[in-house]
Amino acid sequence: MSEPEPATEARRIAAEARDRQRFEEEALSFADQVYRVARRLVGSREEAEDLVQETYARAFRSWRSFTPGTNMRAWLLRILTNLNVDRGRRIQRSPQQQPLEESDYYLANKLASAGGEEVLEQDHVVERMSQDSVVNALASIQPQFREVVVLVDIGDFTYADAAQILDIPIGTVMSRLHRGRRALKQQLAEETMA
Amino acid sequence: MTRDPCDKCEEILQDYLDRTLTNDEWAEAETHLDGCDYCRRRYRFEENLRRYVKTSAVERMPPGLMEKLQELRGLDATA
Repeated sequence: MSEPEPATEARRIAAEARDRQRFEEEALSFADQVYRVARRLVGSREEAEDLVQETYARAFRSWRSFTPGTNMRAWLLRILTNLNVDRGRRIQRSPQQQPLEESDYYLANKLASAGGEEVLEQDHVVERMSQDSVVNALASIQPQFREVVVLVDIGDFTYADAAQILDIPIGTVMSRLHRGRRALKQQLAEETMA
Repeated sequence: MTRDPCDKCEEILQDYLDRTLTNDEWAEAETHLDGCDYCRRRYRFEENLRRYVKTSAVERMPPGLMEKLQELRGLDATA
């Protein structure tokens, strides 16, 4: 087979450089959203920064394996959650067994019994809990439940996206989400009403 | 109105707030919520709580991180 014409080869290289540049720009446009999820999956800002940098290094190196037209935000998060598992961050200081969560209404019921039913009608009742207590409660959830809560409730991913990112069935996403949210409310009740 | 927990409402709370109920289930839930103070207050509370959790948990990217990510551009698979 003959060598490609130099002009043809130059055009191919230029086209590839443009594709790559477009890919990198699109990936970087999601950086804030990627960081948002990373920050709530790991314990500190520094760890989150490291994790995001590792994610982008991996993404930029494997840009050819991304299928144009598919969900890049989910693709980046898939890389990030896998790296997070690889680094063993998933098993950080978590209890051996998550205690059985109380009901969905646990926190609401606690507030109602302390302040009366009408307290639940007030928009500001949730704001009496400090933002730190919300962050702490979230951090206390067992990692496998927390990652689903973070993806869906903080990262705005759909059930289907979360299932794809974590490589688990949608039904598992829904049940982990349900348990994770219950655990969050239980922890919030313990933190704020002790 | 009852002070006892409404099992049916608690069961569909997540799907209602996530907007994954079918149209019929949605209509049924709305009808019930219209007549049940106990559940309506709790649904309202849960909606507010979700918003607040998100507001509290979202942390913006630290300054400087974007520049570090920009520097990673052009990384080669063989590098």
